[in-house]
This record gives sequence, structure tokens and C-alpha cells, in this order.
Amino acid sequence: MKFAYYPGCTLKNRAKALDRTARETAALLGIEFEEIPEWQCCGGAYTSAKDEIATKLASVRALAAGRQIGDGRVVTVCSACYNVLKQTNHEFAVNPDFDFKVNNYLKGEPEYHGEGGVVHYLELLRDEVGFDELKKRVTRPLTGKKIAAYYGCLLLRPSSVLAFDDPENPAVMEDFIRALGAEPVLYSMRNECCGGYLTLTDRETAKRRSAAVKESAREMGADYMITACPLCLYNLTKNTDEPIPVRYFTEVLADALGLGGE
Amino acid sequence: MQKLGVFVCHCGTNIAATVDVKAVAEALGREPSVVVSTDYPYMCSESGQNLIKDAIREHSLDGVVICSCSPRMHENTFRKAAAQAGLNPYMVEIANIREQCSWIHKDREEATEKAIVLGRAAIAKVLLNTPLTAGESPVTKRALVIGGGIAGIQTALDIAEAGFPVDIVEKEPTIGGKMAQLDKTFPTLDCAACILTPKMVDCAQNENIRILSFSEVEEVTGFVGNFTAKIRRKARYVDETKCTGCGLCTEKCPVKKVPNEFNLGMDNRRAVYIPFAQAVPKVARIDPDWCNMLKNGKCGLCSKVCTVGAIDYKQTDTVLEEHYGAIVAATGYEPIKVDRYGEYAYAQSKDVITSLEFERLTNAAGPTSGTLLRPSDGRHPHTIVFIQCVGSRCTPEMGKTYCSKICCMYTAKHAMLTREKYPDTDVYVFYIDVRTPGKNFDEFYRRAAEEYGVHYIKGAVGKVMPRADGTLDVQASDLIMNEQLHINADLVVLAAAIEPSKTARRLATMLTASMDTNDFFTEAHPKLRPVESPTAGIFLSGVCQGPKDIPETVSQASACAAKVIGLLSKNKLTGNPCVAHSDEWMCNGCSNCASVCPYGAITYLDKDFRMPDRSTKTRRVASVNPAVCQGCGACTVACPSGAMDLYGFSNSQIMAEVDAICK
Repeated sequence: MKFAYYPGCTLKNRAKALDRTARETAALLGIEFEEIPEWQCCGGAYTSAKDEIATKLASVRALAAGRQIGDGRVVTVCSACYNVLKQTNHEFAVNPDFDFKVNNYLKGEPEYHGEGGVVHYLELLRDEVGFDELKKRVTRPLTGKKIAAYYGCLLLRPSSVLAFDDPENPAVMEDFIRALGAEPVLYSMRNECCGGYLTLTDRETAKRRSAAVKESAREMGADYMITACPLCLYNLTKNTDEPIPVRYFTEVLADALGLGGE
Repeated sequence: MQKLGVFVCHCGTNIAATVDVKAVAEALGREPSVVVSTDYPYMCSESGQNLIKDAIREHSLDGVVICSCSPRMHENTFRKAAAQAGLNPYMVEIANIREQCSWIHKDREEATEKAIVLGRAAIAKVLLNTPLTAGESPVTKRALVIGGGIAGIQTALDIAEAGFPVDIVEKEPTIGGKMAQLDKTFPTLDCAACILTPKMVDCAQNENIRILSFSEVEEVTGFVGNFTAKIRRKARYVDETKCTGCGLCTEKCPVKKVPNEFNLGMDNRRAVYIPFAQAVPKVARIDPDWCNMLKNGKCGLCSKVCTVGAIDYKQTDTVLEEHYGAIVAATGYEPIKVDRYGEYAYAQSKDVITSLEFERLTNAAGPTSGTLLRPSDGRHPHTIVFIQCVGSRCTPEMGKTYCSKICCMYTAKHAMLTREKYPDTDVYVFYIDVRTPGKNFDEFYRRAAEEYGVHYIKGAVGKVMPRADGTLDVQASDLIMNEQLHINADLVVLAAAIEPSKTARRLATMLTASMDTNDFFTEAHPKLRPVESPTAGIFLSGVCQGPKDIPETVSQASACAAKVIGLLSKNKLTGNPCVAHSDEWMCNGCSNCASVCPYGAITYLDKDFRMPDRSTKTRRVASVNPAVCQGCGACTVACPSGAMDLYGFSNSQIMAEVDAICK
């Protein structure tokens, strides 16, 4: 299995661990990640602007480059990149005007009409590898560990476009945790917002949000939390005093597959 | 040369504001054959009708064209007027210049032009009209009521009181429906069973009523006054005529862990059971999915203890065929499944329940004998959150777009009763709006909020999540205070939207009765014929037509009975003469028409024909039963040889209309 791999900016500096463990675990599981050449930033938060085309071009270029690799689907591990890329690709299917304008911008580059696809690494593990198979590949099961999966908001919503999991009652990360031999912890804030970019403009609110998330996980007895989003991890670790560790899901996966030094 | 009259209605300003009615009358007056053409403010008024009648007599008119509203509105009015003046009523044609012209156009000039064209088409058609005479058919003086809830019960009782026999067909083993499961009823707080069960007993004792419980209608044929229904009487493995309802079998049955559907699975019943103490008929039923004897032939205990020998393991379904003059749909409702709203954690926590489950938890005959206890640990809840509009007033993807109408009131009732019985309980109600139209309804709600101290919070609950200590974290927004709330609740009650019974869609197809997009039966007219289906002889009672509370259901059920009684009182019904007929010389017996006929009105006959060479030839030809034909015209379109034609809407008449429009 070979896929186009889109790391995203954060994975090249702050979230290097996410990038490294994603590549290592994928390689161990027989998935080849081919990094998209000359990829640019997905556009991050700017893409939420409704009528904006220019900020989405970087995503389109990534998607266009990705379609030549493997079955044409682009794999990401960052929740934000996943959200932006997938929403951008969806726009081609529902908005002919967007398609037209984007391709006008891209004159001179190959045309793109949404024929590629976007898939999150968790989806790959669930749908391509399969959690049953993953369970068999685990060499150091995390038996006895109580892990709280933190979804945040970007991974699940808008559910009609991302179609990743039930936005209110998701299960994919819990199933993932079970596959690694640990016990998932259900807690009320698992798909609530951590405060996101508010940490830049209104740090107090962001702190309150993150604290509430971690408190809720601690109350249900979690040993540590996992997430797929670098921004969530930042907020949950830097904006609260709650001692529960927060890790990337790929780090935990690397541990269970025997890659980590733990 | 035929003499026609044209009458253009202003409909107040409904037509006249957009269409120059005088110009229409003048233009149509110039058409050949038209001898009189005039306009009038309200043609349907008595003086308007007199104008038409006088003109018919004065000018000896052969046909009349009325440019007015839709024929669905007043065609009958004008036909009657024409008949009173001695003209065959089928010589009247309506040009619809209101719904199809003035209401949908803005430009006066264009609308006037269109009205003239529509008038010309009607003139072209009426010139080819022939006088028609309606046939008559007898009426079977027996009614079928499908559904034995409070709606069906009330309708049946009223029809029976008027002296006509009624059959109630109920799919469950007992009549009573949802009302039998309720505890108290708003706004008077009388006990549901106390007011329902006497009516159930009345049904059983009324000699005009036959209760066919645990039965389902399988097939309906025929037409108004002359329906035939096939009713499947499902095997209950107990002889209804012998069982005395003593209940001995239900005590001895060794299979004890069957979820009790009457208590919504919150406690258990036996494999042989009587649904509840006041069931009518009070006859046991054996559940074949659980009974050891029926599953593997080992047990037979109930048969041994039954003193009257009513147990019959060999019983099979039987099919009963019966004739009826009128059919009443009273199929009621079901609460929607709330599992899909993952945010409310219904599937995750036993302490998140629906309002109907709450009814059972507070009912003396319920699983907790009426003491309100949490399903998870049997402890008394101290904080209860009620969430309204679960699936109601929703987007079509996520639920029902309509208001379920009953939830605001029953939630007020639940909240009030909880505070009354358990004053140490904090009760919160989250709402979008509190809707209380109804006699003494708003007073009731205000009592709950003001006297009983129920916390009403305008806002939505975003999430319910079980916490480590067994409580439920209810996360919500208070839209008035503009605050995010977290409430630690012991019990969360969801006011689930109601939807029509799943059986209704199949029944509607059987009855050729129309339904709306939500699967509620459609009434013939939303204001003027609210208890009749557009299909003649089919009547609507209760929630199958739209959400209703009990007072409204009972009123509608009685109104429905009045309509049924009106129909059954007639000895003969006048049919619709605009039916299909086949030109036997042109028909080649291909069967196309019979395959498209939705009413089964077409059969084939082998007939002898005298051929031009004087020989006799036997040919297969279509024959229409005019009593069954509804005049839909499907066969006239399907017929490849043009042999099928419709009286009053012949192919030549329709072509003449098209020609007049295209001229």
C-alpha cells in the first residue's frame, strides 16, 4: 500500500514526534508514505473564509500532486490539515464555480477537479489495515492503561463533509485504543473544543476550555490522553496545570508496536 | 348550433385584481356559440348562482362555462345550480382562472390574456360534452376501524351507538393503544387508565362492536360503500372463545425473562402473558419466540394448568374476509428512536430515558409500582433534566421538521408531578419554545413553572455524558442568560418526537389513501374536510392524520364517526359518471389497460362479433366496471389502439382544449 503523505507545517517543527512516529509505524505496518514533493501549508485557519480562493490554492496543489501517487488519496495525520484538505476537495464536488475559479488561478499548472481524495491516518488504520489486524501486530500491548481519546473539533466536523465518524458519539479512537490492548475512557468533553486559536487572542478562554477537557478526562480515571491534533496538544499541555500527559496517537501506536524506547 | 353561456367571477379581488374580468367576459362573448357572457363579483353566491340559472332558462343554454376558482372548490356548486335550471350538470365546465392564473401571475395584461385562453379551452371542451347520468351503488352498512387506540375506540363507540356494526382491527393483543401506557393526563391530571378502561370495556360489551385483536388488515378491495377487506387473525396459541383471563398460565410459565413491551422493556413478563391487568380482550397470548413448547416441544405447563383447555399450541393464522361500507384509519403513532442522537447518550446510559418510559416509571402498574427510581441503581433521582424537542422541529436529515405538539404539555405534567411527589427534587426543562395552545393549557404550564418551581430554561442541551460518580453531566446553553451550563443530573428524560405508525404507509397503499412526506394521512381539505381522506369512503381518526393530544384526538374521532354514520345512513350512493369505457370494436384485448388500472376496475370478456363478411368471430375485449372505476384516465393513455376513453374527459375533448389553447 502506497499513499501520498502530506505532513503539514507543524509536523516539521513543533510536532516532529507526530511526523516521525506516523512514518515509522506506517512503514512497520507495510504502508509506504511518499511525501508530496514541494508541498505548501494547507492554509490553516485562513481557509474558513467563505469566498476565499487564494488561501485554498495550496491545498489544491497538494491534492493535485497527491493524485499521482498510489491510489490518488492523500494521507494526513494532523486534524487541521485533514479538515482543510478534505473540505477543499469537497468544494469541487458541490461548487462548480469554485472549480472554475481555482483552475483559472492555476493556469499553467495541471488542472484539478476534485478527483483525488483525503484520508486520515486513523482512517487508514481502521479501514485499510483493520483494527483486528493491528491488534495482531501489537508486540507490547498497553494492557491496564486507561487512555482518554481526545477528538477535538476539526477531526469530526462538519460531519457531512468529513464523514469520518459520528460527530457526537465517535468510536474510531476508542476502537484504536482497544486494538492496542488498552482501555478507552469515555468522558464528556472528548469532542469539545480545546480553545483552538483563541489561545492567541483570548488566552483565558482557551485555558478554561482546555482545563475543562482535561478535568473531565481525569475524573473518568484516564492515565493519559491521546490526540491527533498539534494545536489540541499545545493547548492541553501549555494552557492547563492538569498533570495528565497528552500524547499523539501515533506515539502510543509506536509504543505498542515496539518502536518506542519505553 | 349549440348555445353557450360564459360567466366570469371576480372572486372579490382574488381574480379581479390581476385579471381584467370585464375584458375576459367581452372577449369570450365574441366566441362562436356563446350567446351570453357576463361577469359577477361572487359567482358562487346565491345571487351569482341565480344569474347562471336565469341565463340557462332565458337563453335555453346547452352548456355553461364558468371562469372562476379551481373545480375542486366549486364545480359541485355550479353543477347543482345548472341541474336546478334543467341543464344536465355535466354540461358545466370550469376554467380555473384563480389558482392557475390570477394567484400565480403579477402582470395584469398577460394574466388577462391567459384567462381568455383558458376560457376558450373550456368553451372548446363543453361543445363536445355530452349529458351524463350518474349510476348508483348500494352501501354495506358496516364500518371497519383500523387501530384500537383511543381514536379507534371513540370512533367505533360512536358508530356503534348510531346502530351500525363496527369491527376494530388491532395489531396488538389488546386494544387501548398508547393511552393505556400513560400515567396521568394533562391538564386535569386525571388518571389515563381510569378514563380509558371504561371505554375499552364499553367496546367489549357493545353488541355492535366486534374486536379483532392481534389482527392485521392484509388487503382491501372495492370502493366507497362496497369495500372488502382480508384480515389476518394472527395465531395467539390461546383459544379466545375459551380463555377466561384468569392468568393462571401466566403465573406458572417457567420462561420469566421476556422483556415486557408494555413497560417498554423495563421489566419482564412470561412467555405466556396478558399485556396488562385491564386488557381487552382479557385473553392470554403465547409468545412463540420465547415459549419452550413452541420452540422445541418441551414444557406444556400452561396447557396443564388451564382449567378451560384454552391453550392451543397448534393454532395457526386465519384470514377473515368481511365487507364494509366505510373504513377508518386510526393507526396512531410511535415515538421515534432516540439512539441516533448520540449527544444525549441514550444508548450509553440507563438513566437517560424517553418520556414514555418516564410515564411507566411513575405509573402504579409500571415496573417500579409508581415510585420514581433511577433505572441504573434503583435510587431516587434528585436532579432531573427534561429535554424537549428531541427530533421535533429539526432538520429533515436529523429528525422531523414538524412540532410533535404533545411534548410541551406532557413535559410540564411530568415536571409538575415530580415536584409534587418529591419536593426535594430539582427539575429542569430545556425548551426551544413552550407551546401551550389549548383550553387551560397555558395556565397548567405556568403552574408548573411558578407554583411548583420547575426551572424552565430556554436553550438547547448539547451533550449528556455519564460521569464517574454515576451522575450525568448535562451540558447546555441558556439562551436568555447567555451562559453555558453544566448540570449534574441523576435522570435525563427525552421528549422524543412522534411519528406515524410504521404500518400506516402499507395501509395507505392498500386503501389508495394519500399521505404527506412525513407519512401522516392527508385529509381531503385541511380546513373543510379534516376527517376524510381524498379517497371516498376512507376516514381519518387521531394522530395518523397529524400530531394531536387526547382531547383533540377524541374530538376528531367523534367527528370522523359522524362522517361514517352519514355515509352508512345512505341506502344508495351516487357514483361518478366520468368513468372509462372501451370501444369494443377497437379493443384488441392486449391487457395494457388492466395492468395500469390502480383500482382493478378492468376485466376481459370473450365476446362474439358479427364481422363485415357476416361471419361471427369471438374476440377478447376489455370491460370496465363503472362502479369501481374512479375516472383517473390512466387506461386511456396506456391504450395503444385508442379504444379506452373517459366519459366527460374524452380524448377528443382534451385535444379540442389543447387546440383552443394553441390557436
